Amino acid sequence: MSTHHISLTVNGAIREADVEPRLLLVHLLRDVFGLTGTHIGCDTSNCGACTVHVGGVSAKSCTMLAVQADGLDVRTIEGMADGAALHPLQQAFWDQHGLQCGFCTPGMIMQAAWVLAKDPDPSEAAIREGISGNLCRCTGYVNIVKAIQQAAAEIRAAAETQTGAAVAAAG
Amino acid sequence: MIPAAFDYVRPADLGEALRILKDREGEAKVLSGGFSLIPLLKLRLAQPALLVDLRDVGGLDEIGRIDGEVHIGGRVTHRRILEDEGLAAILPIMRDTAAGIGDPQIRNWGTIGGSCAHADPAADWPAVLQALGASFVLRSADGERVVPARGFFVDTFTTGIEPAEVLTEVRIPVPGPRSGGAYQKLERRAGDFSTVGAAVQLRLGDDRRIAAIGIGLTAVGDAPFAATHAEDAIRGAQPDDTMFREAAAAAARQSRPTDDSHGPADYKRAMVAEMTLRALRIARDRAGAA
Amino acid sequence: MTTTYEAQAPTTTPEVGGMGHARKRVEDARFIRGAGHYIDDINLPGQLWLDIVRSPYAHARIKGIDDSEAMKVPGVAAVITGKALETYGLHWMPTIAGDNQMVLPTDTVMFQSQEVAAVIATSRYAAADGVAAVMVDYEPLPVVVDPYKAMDASAPVLRPDRGEGKQNNHIWHWESGDRSATDAALAASKTRVKEHLYIPRIHVASIETCGCVADWDAVNGHLTLHMTSQAPHAIRTVLAIVAAGAGLPIPEHKIRVITHDIGGGFGGKVPVYPGYVLAVAASFLTGKPVKWIEDRAENLQADSFARDYHIDAEMGVSAEGRITALKVKTLADHGAFDSQAAPSKFPAGLFNVITGSYDFASAHVEVDGVYTNKPPGGVAYRCSFRVTEAVHAIERLVDIAANEIGMDPAEFRMRNFIRADQFPYRSPTGWEYDSGDYHAALRKAMDLIGYDDLRREQAEKRARGELMGIGIASFTEIVGAGPSHDFDIIGLKMNDGAELRVHPTGKALLRIGSQTQGQGHETTYAQIVAEELGIPASDVKVEYGDTDTAPYGLGTYGSRSTPVSGAATAIASRKVRDKARKLAAHLLEAAEDDLEWTNGKFSVKGSPDRSKTIGEIAFAAYTNYPAGMEMGLEAVDYYDPPNFTYPFGSYICVVDIDKGTGQVKIRRFVAVDDCGNIINPMIVEGQIHGGLTMGLAPALYEEISYDENGNNLAGTFMDYLLPTAMETPAWETGKTITPSPHHPLGAKGVGESATVGAPPAIANAVVDALWHLGVRHIDIPITPQKVWRLLHERGIA
Repeated sequence: MSTHHISLTVNGAIREADVEPRLLLVHLLRDVFGLTGTHIGCDTSNCGACTVHVGGVSAKSCTMLAVQADGLDVRTIEGMADGAALHPLQQAFWDQHGLQCGFCTPGMIMQAAWVLAKDPDPSEAAIREGISGNLCRCTGYVNIVKAIQQAAAEIRAAAETQTGAAVAAAG
Repeated sequence: MIPAAFDYVRPADLGEALRILKDREGEAKVLSGGFSLIPLLKLRLAQPALLVDLRDVGGLDEIGRIDGEVHIGGRVTHRRILEDEGLAAILPIMRDTAAGIGDPQIRNWGTIGGSCAHADPAADWPAVLQALGASFVLRSADGERVVPARGFFVDTFTTGIEPAEVLTEVRIPVPGPRSGGAYQKLERRAGDFSTVGAAVQLRLGDDRRIAAIGIGLTAVGDAPFAATHAEDAIRGAQPDDTMFREAAAAAARQSRPTDDSHGPADYKRAMVAEMTLRALRIARDRAGAA
Repeated sequence: MTTTYEAQAPTTTPEVGGMGHARKRVEDARFIRGAGHYIDDINLPGQLWLDIVRSPYAHARIKGIDDSEAMKVPGVAAVITGKALETYGLHWMPTIAGDNQMVLPTDTVMFQSQEVAAVIATSRYAAADGVAAVMVDYEPLPVVVDPYKAMDASAPVLRPDRGEGKQNNHIWHWESGDRSATDAALAASKTRVKEHLYIPRIHVASIETCGCVADWDAVNGHLTLHMTSQAPHAIRTVLAIVAAGAGLPIPEHKIRVITHDIGGGFGGKVPVYPGYVLAVAASFLTGKPVKWIEDRAENLQADSFARDYHIDAEMGVSAEGRITALKVKTLADHGAFDSQAAPSKFPAGLFNVITGSYDFASAHVEVDGVYTNKPPGGVAYRCSFRVTEAVHAIERLVDIAANEIGMDPAEFRMRNFIRADQFPYRSPTGWEYDSGDYHAALRKAMDLIGYDDLRREQAEKRARGELMGIGIASFTEIVGAGPSHDFDIIGLKMNDGAELRVHPTGKALLRIGSQTQGQGHETTYAQIVAEELGIPASDVKVEYGDTDTAPYGLGTYGSRSTPVSGAATAIASRKVRDKARKLAAHLLEAAEDDLEWTNGKFSVKGSPDRSKTIGEIAFAAYTNYPAGMEMGLEAVDYYDPPNFTYPFGSYICVVDIDKGTGQVKIRRFVAVDDCGNIINPMIVEGQIHGGLTMGLAPALYEEISYDENGNNLAGTFMDYLLPTAMETPAWETGKTITPSPHHPLGAKGVGESATVGAPPAIANAVVDALWHLGVRHIDIPITPQKVWRLLHERGIA
């Protein structure tokens, strides 16, 4: 079976590999690129533990082929922190005890990031709907919702500060 | 959880895709969003020799309005349909439906064309598009044909599509004035396939009677179908609850549900009536408000 | 945004972070970055992959296994069958319950998805291809799925291997209590309520499945087994015994089991699954590391289940509305092998705690275990050794009894609760409940939810034909297995060890025998040391999971960590403190008796400025200690709990029912829990939220059922429905705090309480909504179709 050469951007860096067409994107990330933060929890696309961003849109990487991501931009949990500075979602999950075993957490954070990118001020119902494709067995979701609310507030405040600074600079 | 091996090609345009499908007819499967096909590959329930990925094929992901019809490209995702304000304004049933397909990640990638070509007996679009009197554009290397959605869904996972064809577009008549539609999906849990799905699109005449009616059902037959007996029961009638209950009962009688993990057949049959009734009421209210 | 948590008032500062502080979790630093070490993250050089061929039939003879096509698949190195294992005597292995279980069959498969052959390959994908290419010729045999039919004399004997005198499917009979006194008390009761309850089979389905990497080092004759195990030491000992039985040169001191991070356990990662044994055997045979990671379908269809209890229960009630007696007879469906991880003398676990939170004199409980053509198991779903089954039955019966005699279910409970002044309370089945205040917990729950207003609202809605229900569950849990006089698992006593070592610069290392799977032990155990010694929790490193270094423990399940391992940590800390006193006396040139301890330092009574901090004492332990004293500052304790601990709570659930569809919507759920003194209230609340959700799941959504051919009808996440954030209510929680009198910290376990209390609260709410229509009982899961059918039969839907 012939392999395909693919080249994609992962967390801002170009990565290349020669892969079988059937290689799942999640296996490319975990087994070929060694990015084991993205997890596999099921085989029927239900649990969401494998959620990453492809082209800025959240995707279940267990239900995509590596070849489908050729030339695209992929972001995983390993790309969320800015060096030592945690992403507001990572900090918020920590502050609000939004994780216990940690296995669903990377997928949950990636999905939450996409939810907030679409809707910076979501209601609780919108948050719950936004993560309805991510299963958690440990937390009962209450603290995950609180974490996403905390991160949303922080991201909005940072945006306002930037806007305010920009206005002040312009004025 | 690991697919069997297959070859893969990603054509640059539709012409190339259609040529490949013709050359490899019977061995190739079209890959659109992948959220119907790839799960099958992982379970090894499908083992095509070749996947033809439409990712780079342009012209299949537009939503537009031409000559009294809404045109939706086959590669338009459920997400885009959900978010399209123009579409929601004239066909709120489309937003109803898109909002309930799978989960948020699946909605980001699954496409309307892929879903219809795959034809899961519990899929939502096939029921809705039959209620809307929609049609599909099917293109092959040998040409193009336009077929009505009614009659396209022949059997479980079986449509009128030929192996070398691609479903490039969905065409929906723009509803007239005093139209309303709704989709009511009964599911066991968020993200589930329908236990029962009932789609209604209706238009009230000047006399406020039902001038046009389309009712589609899913998950209660070998394939999603148009509930023609229910339609006949209320076409031309007053849109009141008494008539709606008659239509709902007719829809239930026309259904052929089976016992499965979603529930027993008698429950599903009763739910056809319940969901059809709810969809009729909402459609009427939307038509009245329109 | 800050959340305020309820706990007893801390006696240490937040900087020290002892008990009662909502200390942020240490382990999160890696998890939020995706830097955890779960089993599938472990990859060793030269590693091979193992994948498993599984039976599509529930009961069949294997006529032949053809691996010729599989061996042609590129990358496939070997195919192992039962016959191959038989040459090493490894085709069967002992179970924790004293039965035997097939590793691979030599002639008959016993349940759908049972392991039939193992494929070893150089990659994950090649192993899967190999599995697809193995051809097995089966001859289907009659299938036994109904446990009552399995008990018939005429049923096919599923386990002829059990030998003469055991040619039937009956595994064991167990009973507790006083049969004749109970029969007499029932006969004398004014009211008798009887009910049959079926608590279906469910599957724990933690988001991470099971797996291992077995690494046999042929040069040094050493096995390292990286594994998802909630009880690594027990695994090591069992492996050593199995290897010895098979004549393999793998003695216990040359086995190292390492559990890294686990993505949820809940009991599902306690048993020894054939996959682990196969990986070890494959590594031994090939001399290379072998990885086995099961996929979700395998996990759901073959791994240890929970529940599957068919219960007949009867309660007597006096004219004054007092419970007089409880009689329970249960048939326990154990699948094809008895591999349940319950203490050895308790084949029905702690089921006889079924007398619950109520004060009455007579009870009799009997349980019979039976084989069927289903996967083995029994207690893997956060169930506290069958306490979920017990509490569901008593709480349902209490509601039925209350309604039968026309008394409000809250009032009935208040009238029958064991009173606070009756503790320690000896139950009719012989348990000594350590402490409790059931009236206070229920009162608090009723206040939080506004019980009286809800009853008024219900009456109004009922008059309009709307269906609204209020359900209560007041449970008593029993956790912390267990005292050595009666409790062991395959003979190993359930006393866990803790080893604490304080370094010269005053920092500490704690090693424990328990095994976290998300409970936050790295954070909370440090808080115990902080509480006892005043060393800041952030200065205490907590280690576990490596059998080479961690002291022996029976692991984490059954909410036993705080009661046993936590207690060992406290006692070890006190032993350290005892030595610290001697060192302080030496440093201060005072008599030991003249010293007093206030958190973190010893000072001379009456001269508080003459003191030594624990940090100074630690340094002295290595630099300036009295003649005759050993250097160092450390201690080990293996804790033998004198009793279980008995957390408890009262939960109240409000539901609204959609008459058209039968769907149940939970409007509100208040959970008041009491787990004694709280180490970390943030973590306790997280455990409650998670437990409530694992109670909601079986109440409304989850069931593993089989058709008459033994086909699993919920073998993937498409049909086995875990609740998402949309089904899960915004849980409301409250606490009461009634310390345990015997636990060193006054603490009790808590991990499973909510899973125990939630299902009956929900079930009671639904039945409450329908009682006026003549509905008395509905078995969980309460699906919309069950509710619809009840309404339809009554002409309402």
